[in-house]
Amino acid sequence: MSGATGTSDAAEGTTLGGLVGSVRATPLTRANPLALLAGALVIAVALLATVDVVSAATALLLEIPLLPLAGLGPRALAVRMLPVLLASVPAGLVTTVIGRDAGAVLLDLGPLSVTEGSLDLGVATTLRILAVGVPGVLLLVSADPTDLGDALAQRLRLPPRFVLGGLAGLRLAGLLVLEWRTLSLARRARGLGDVRGPLAGTRVAAGQAFALLVLALRRATRLAVAMEARGFGAPGAPRTWARRSTFAARDVGVVAGCALVAAAATGAAVWAGTWSLVVG
Amino acid sequence: MAAGERVLLLGASGSGKSTVLAALAGLLTGADADGEEEGELLVAGRPASERAARAGLVLQDPESQVVLSRVGDDVAFGCENLAVPPEEIWRRVREALDVVGLDLPLRHPTAALSGGQKQRLALAGALAMAPGMLLLDEPTANLDPDGVLEVRDAVTAAVTRTGATLVVVEHRVAVWADVVDRVVVLGRPADGTAVVADGPPEVVLAASGEALSARGIWVPQRYRRAPAARPWQPPAAGTPLLSARALACARPGGPVAVRSADLDLPAASTTALTGANGAGKTTLALTVAGLLEPVGGGVVAAPALAAGLGPAPWRWRSRELLRRVGTVFQDPEHQLLTSSVADELAHGPRRLGLPEPAVRARVEELLERLGLAALARAHPYTLSGGEKRRLSVATALATGPRVVVLDEPTFGQDAVTWAALVDLLRELVQDGAALLAVTHDRELVAATGARTHHLAPPDPAVALAPRLDAPPPRRSLRRLVGSR
Repeated sequence: MSGATGTSDAAEGTTLGGLVGSVRATPLTRANPLALLAGALVIAVALLATVDVVSAATALLLEIPLLPLAGLGPRALAVRMLPVLLASVPAGLVTTVIGRDAGAVLLDLGPLSVTEGSLDLGVATTLRILAVGVPGVLLLVSADPTDLGDALAQRLRLPPRFVLGGLAGLRLAGLLVLEWRTLSLARRARGLGDVRGPLAGTRVAAGQAFALLVLALRRATRLAVAMEARGFGAPGAPRTWARRSTFAARDVGVVAGCALVAAAATGAAVWAGTWSLVVG
Repeated sequence: MAAGERVLLLGASGSGKSTVLAALAGLLTGADADGEEEGELLVAGRPASERAARAGLVLQDPESQVVLSRVGDDVAFGCENLAVPPEEIWRRVREALDVVGLDLPLRHPTAALSGGQKQRLALAGALAMAPGMLLLDEPTANLDPDGVLEVRDAVTAAVTRTGATLVVVEHRVAVWADVVDRVVVLGRPADGTAVVADGPPEVVLAASGEALSARGIWVPQRYRRAPAARPWQPPAAGTPLLSARALACARPGGPVAVRSADLDLPAASTTALTGANGAGKTTLALTVAGLLEPVGGGVVAAPALAAGLGPAPWRWRSRELLRRVGTVFQDPEHQLLTSSVADELAHGPRRLGLPEPAVRARVEELLERLGLAALARAHPYTLSGGEKRRLSVATALATGPRVVVLDEPTFGQDAVTWAALVDLLRELVQDGAALLAVTHDRELVAATGARTHHLAPPDPAVALAPRLDAPPPRRSLRRLVGSR
């Protein structure tokens, strides 16, 4: 195999977000991934319970100083934050235009209007997606899939077959991106590279997807044989873990820190009188 | 088979070598075996399916044997499944990595390993399970010559150190002949006998070297009368059809794989592109073939090849490439498009808009020439490795390109397919085609009289040359999303 590319790195990277060896060790990257997962969930639940500007803004203000803990340079971090940014702004804009109207009308375009109430709602939506997204991105760039697998199997007692199968699959999934590109080149070589039109184009893409599926199944079958040959998958057979997944004081600290952010956000909103339960 | 014996298992494709290995490993159990079972297979006095004597299995494809993303964890995987205590696992992991000569940190990412290293990793994973028997299924078929020796030496060291029984399936005999002390040749169902020959390597090879060679097994030259390929005098090379000038190339979104390459592909000649894994041979070949856009310098087609089009092949439309440059990918399955061998061959001529009788005549001719006539209706995915390879070459030839680019055309091929390919390539050169073959195969280079172009790994100190043709601005957005 020659010509490893950036994608193959992303595929087989050392973190869930696909980073290889470029992450500085920080309390977050050393933490048990389960703690990161739990922490991100606590913040998400607290923020999704209400739609208001104060809670989301508070959480975001508290989270931003934590970004360096991802162990990434500003540029690499920005690239990974981009999807969250791209999702948050349009969502906020749409909410501003079509959201529930209240208060003074700021802009009237017939059925579409911007009022004080809908503007408030739009800003809250944008901030909320950012505030929930930041811990999610931190989880993705800090957590090592193998460590997460260990934690899920040893701490949460998920079945090892399920966890290890998932880990092996995650590694293969990245290879698919490379395979797809090679398939595209091969199609150009065979005269299908510039097929245009919705019908013909769809047929070519469907054929390529089928070829990808066949290749993926082949590879998965071979991997399954290799894993079985190494004693994997005997039902009920005892299994040991070479790596012990520990939940140390640091991990409790991570969860507690996230709980503090959630509590501060909720507390600030209640104090300001803007907290309102979404469901209920 | 006695404990500690080292056996090389030979046989033509279809003789069931891999099946025997899987059975020895205890992987064929009544529940999921599709075939019938006759007789019994005892390993250490117990049925193989009970796996009384632990077997370590190493397979052909380096890519699909890596389970976990860190070297140490991957080696530990087998031990964990055997419920070995953790402290003992890490002791075994270090020992196994030491035996196979993988001197890397335990946290080293497995993604960063070369093919040879991945195979040694798989071997270490098997050794850490302390197997009484080591089973290797063509462990070096997908490796470059250095990788082959790496793995062979690691295996030799391992069996010497552990005293494990060794069974190797491989059709390149020369690699293993000095390591094993017994050769077993399996017959095809048509032979009516399961074992055709059995004995020490020198005896078996001296007695039936010629017959083995006819079955596609790579028998070392000293055991054969006829050389691998007939002598052949290549024609005088013509003028260049395609030239690379200070060419820099990269996969879309990937790092620059080749920084500055100068290469001419003259008509009626073969050029072999060699170099270590990771030197960017495939990327260079695909760029020369007009499939990838250059990132520096450029590829220039002679007017004789361009035939009215511009000089930059990557700008030609896909359909315009068909008559000019044919590409044979390393894995034939990447370029299969249809559901029968005949349709596969007809695809290119039809895209060119040839009338149906002409298409059919072309297909008939290619089927005959490549010995695929009996398989015209077969689904391409059901062909054997050698047949798929011949089919993929034939599909590239069907549209009569004047330049043919081949990526590792002889990888993993048995000696019979190899000889057929050599004949075919010689015919192409005789007809005036310019061939570019990415290859590690020294015998292929010799047999085609190829000029060799050795590619060194990219040197970051070399500056990228400016593009020979400026990229049109409208392409920039599509390049950003990486689709071409």
